[in-house]
Amino acid sequence: MSEIGVKSIEELYADIPEKYFLKRSLNLPNALSEFEVKKHIEALLSKNKTCADMPIFLGAGCWPHYVPAVVKEIVQRSEFLTSYTPYQAEISQGMLQALFEYQSMICELTAMEVANCSMYDWASALGEAVRMASRVTKRNEVLIPKIIHPERKATLQVYAEPAEINVKEVAYNRETGQLSLKDLEGKISEKTAAVYIENPSYLGFIETQAEEIGEIAHAHGALFIVGVDPTSLGILKPPGEYGADIVIGEAQPLGNPMNFGGPLLGIFACRDDQNMVRQMPGRIIGLTTTVDGGKQGFCMALQTREQHIRREKATSNICSNEALCAVASTVYMALLGSKGLRELGETIMYKANYAMHLLSKIDGVKAPVFKSPHFKEFTVNFDGAGLKVVNIHEALLQRGIHGGKDVSKEFPELGETALYCVTEIHSKREIELLAKTLEEIVAER
Amino acid sequence: MYRQAQWSEPVIFSLGKAGRVGHILPSVEEDVKKAVGDLYGLIPEKMRRENPLRLPELSEPEVVRHFMRLSEMNYGVDSGIYPLGSCTMKYNPKINEALANMPTIGLVHPYQDERTVQGILEILYKLERWLAEITGTAEVCLQPAAGAHGEFLGACLIRAYHKHKGELGKRQDILIPDSAHGTNPASAAMAGFNVVVIPSNDNGCVNVEALRAAVSDKTAGLMLTNPNTLGIFEQNIEEIAKIVHNAGGLLYYDGANLNPILCKVRPGDMGFDIVHINIHKTFGTPHGGGGPGAGPIGVSEELAKFLPVPRIVFDGKSYRLDYDRPHTIGKIRGFYGNVAVLVKAYAYILSLGFDGLKEVAEVSVLNANYVLHKLKALDGLTLPYNSEKPKKHECVFSVKPLKNKTGVSALNIAKRLLDYGVHAPTIYFPLIVEEALMIEPTETFEKEELDRFVEAIREICREAQTNPEKVLKAPYNTAISRLDEAKASHPKTMALSWRMYQKKQAAANP
Repeated sequence: MSEIGVKSIEELYADIPEKYFLKRSLNLPNALSEFEVKKHIEALLSKNKTCADMPIFLGAGCWPHYVPAVVKEIVQRSEFLTSYTPYQAEISQGMLQALFEYQSMICELTAMEVANCSMYDWASALGEAVRMASRVTKRNEVLIPKIIHPERKATLQVYAEPAEINVKEVAYNRETGQLSLKDLEGKISEKTAAVYIENPSYLGFIETQAEEIGEIAHAHGALFIVGVDPTSLGILKPPGEYGADIVIGEAQPLGNPMNFGGPLLGIFACRDDQNMVRQMPGRIIGLTTTVDGGKQGFCMALQTREQHIRREKATSNICSNEALCAVASTVYMALLGSKGLRELGETIMYKANYAMHLLSKIDGVKAPVFKSPHFKEFTVNFDGAGLKVVNIHEALLQRGIHGGKDVSKEFPELGETALYCVTEIHSKREIELLAKTLEEIVAER
Repeated sequence: MYRQAQWSEPVIFSLGKAGRVGHILPSVEEDVKKAVGDLYGLIPEKMRRENPLRLPELSEPEVVRHFMRLSEMNYGVDSGIYPLGSCTMKYNPKINEALANMPTIGLVHPYQDERTVQGILEILYKLERWLAEITGTAEVCLQPAAGAHGEFLGACLIRAYHKHKGELGKRQDILIPDSAHGTNPASAAMAGFNVVVIPSNDNGCVNVEALRAAVSDKTAGLMLTNPNTLGIFEQNIEEIAKIVHNAGGLLYYDGANLNPILCKVRPGDMGFDIVHINIHKTFGTPHGGGGPGAGPIGVSEELAKFLPVPRIVFDGKSYRLDYDRPHTIGKIRGFYGNVAVLVKAYAYILSLGFDGLKEVAEVSVLNANYVLHKLKALDGLTLPYNSEKPKKHECVFSVKPLKNKTGVSALNIAKRLLDYGVHAPTIYFPLIVEEALMIEPTETFEKEELDRFVEAIREICREAQTNPEKVLKAPYNTAISRLDEAKASHPKTMALSWRMYQKKQAAANP
């Protein structure tokens, strides 16, 4: 203070009108020591039950997977953790290279050429993808499947409405869950900017007509957007090989904890088409060389799309993203490699199908509802047992098991149905316990 | 002098060996396989992966070494001062990381029965109350993932408010000062508004006359940063608020610069109807190389009914997620927000309390003015706009005189600073200052580190006079020398993934 010639801190605030200064202390907690803070928060958090305390069969956009110790170690490296967006490329090569590797791995998984270095999550990525499709095609309607996560649909509507994009739903086949091609053909027109599907779908089945849907979209000049769970892409055909123009999805399951739903990691990739690439939202890292051409290096590319340069004409307002989650996913994919990713897909699908196999044997229980192949999630219907999902789940919880997500209000036409999720972390014993317990609950009715 | 690690670490796709695996997954029991049968038979042929994945294949130690080396080629707040203006790069307390990484958060699913998540709901509920108290707003929504996401939500709430009043048809203008962050106009445009730019006056503040002339019955709202991006407090805020409110518009507060007024003055008391908070700036959570952050927003009572669902409610006994909000705009993302980040903010507030937060604000202002005072003495730098008055958390210098004399620009200074192991300030922003260096030291760097920064700038200014060539070609001590950024964005050379790079290489060398 003496150096700058002020006698009190208040002098530095002298330009703020007096009336605005707080005349009282705020209703905030008293400062605690580090030890007390730790005790306090640990005590609060110990009230939570975790998937280590009880088997939890929930998915629906946030999935329980194991996060290897290496991933946790790397993302806690404070050079990564405490850095900002890599505006100064030369001193931020580590983060830039890791994010370039993330983009590259996402491209390999999805069979696309370009990926950005993260969106907030799948839901907001859907909103951005639809807006991008509308800019690219200069059309203002999007067709989405009726079977979609209600939160993703709600998010899409908030993103689409100000851009005057109409969101229309395409019906599904009641027996298989598959998109009704007839309804799609009926609804698609020269107004359609994009057709969107999810694969695997929100209710867990594999959309097997993906290629035909893409062809229908393209025949009408619309883009084809596909949403994915990347843990399926070691065994399922990547969207880039069945005509997708934009691929979005949720990469949380690749090395990021559930964290009660956030942070998540939105995937966003597209084809190497300059009209599309220049309309992409989000940060993109590119490979380049030093000015003297002597060495390869990395820096942010195509910044002229972004808000800090283009302001109101930017392709998106996104600035802070989920970079460190993307680093976690990069480390995860590097650990598993091609072989590991395939095994991950196989392990999940085996276990989920084993659970379906056991559950479907229970009298009055139908698993899955749809006659289609299922990957990691599947529907379980209790109509035959004459029981409500909420009552079954209460009974499960009493016995130390957390059931799946009740979707009977979201899709009333499916009756008393829940969405269950089984991944590589669910042991055979836990799956069998679930089946046995459900059988008991149903028998007790 | 500083020297960053130079590993020349290959892109990971060039490392490892086919068949290597760095992590073993739980195995599938034989009887599970037997019960399921032919797995690939379950997948219709046209949906099976045919082309093998081409991910790198490495052992666990190889993966660790690769990313360790990459981390060593990255600079963070823990490495040294990081005075990026408007980014508030302060120290991130380690205890907060430890707490946020606990399995009692990590292993909790967002759709669990409410009775099994009371602990985390309590933390989030209390954090909402504390942030409402700090910002002077009625209710806080924690859901936005970042500041810009909060801005988008805020702009959507402005939309919802005018729609509710039946005036959205005509209220299409959002007013934004020319000194604003780029996210403001981008967010307003994303929410479907026209952006009307309000010029600054000679003092770097909103030109009140221009504002008066710009408002009309078309005005939906004004987005304002206060203190603004020049580090100047908008003294006429009372009048600005009156003009906008009288015209029927709402006042939006960009919280990027909340740090210097924490627990001193509150946006809500200045008349702001919507306030966003950058948790990763003001509340000490790390930026993670770009994210994740969190961008909660606080709103006045009148706007609370439009907030996204669910709202966390407390009945005196337990916490619950309430979806029954007839006026809600819906959702802007999945689930409830970047919870692991928000827990760190809870710990931050708990560690500091009211007095501690106030001290944060005061020391950040003191530090900024100390740096300003020291740099003002340097030849070649000028301090445009209100140069005699103290600034708040940041100051913006122009190096135009130096550039005219020596050819050394703001960019060159930024690059040369890296050689001193000092991160560069924000450059070329705000747009109303030519050759801008925008400096925000924050409260967490002591006098010695601030002096190191000042000394580096002083050295560079001297070098610009004596040996400009040296400055123009900087940096030298970083992991890599100056990069060709244009090449990364040129359609011919653009390589945005390894796949794209290889394709271009193959095309070039058939």
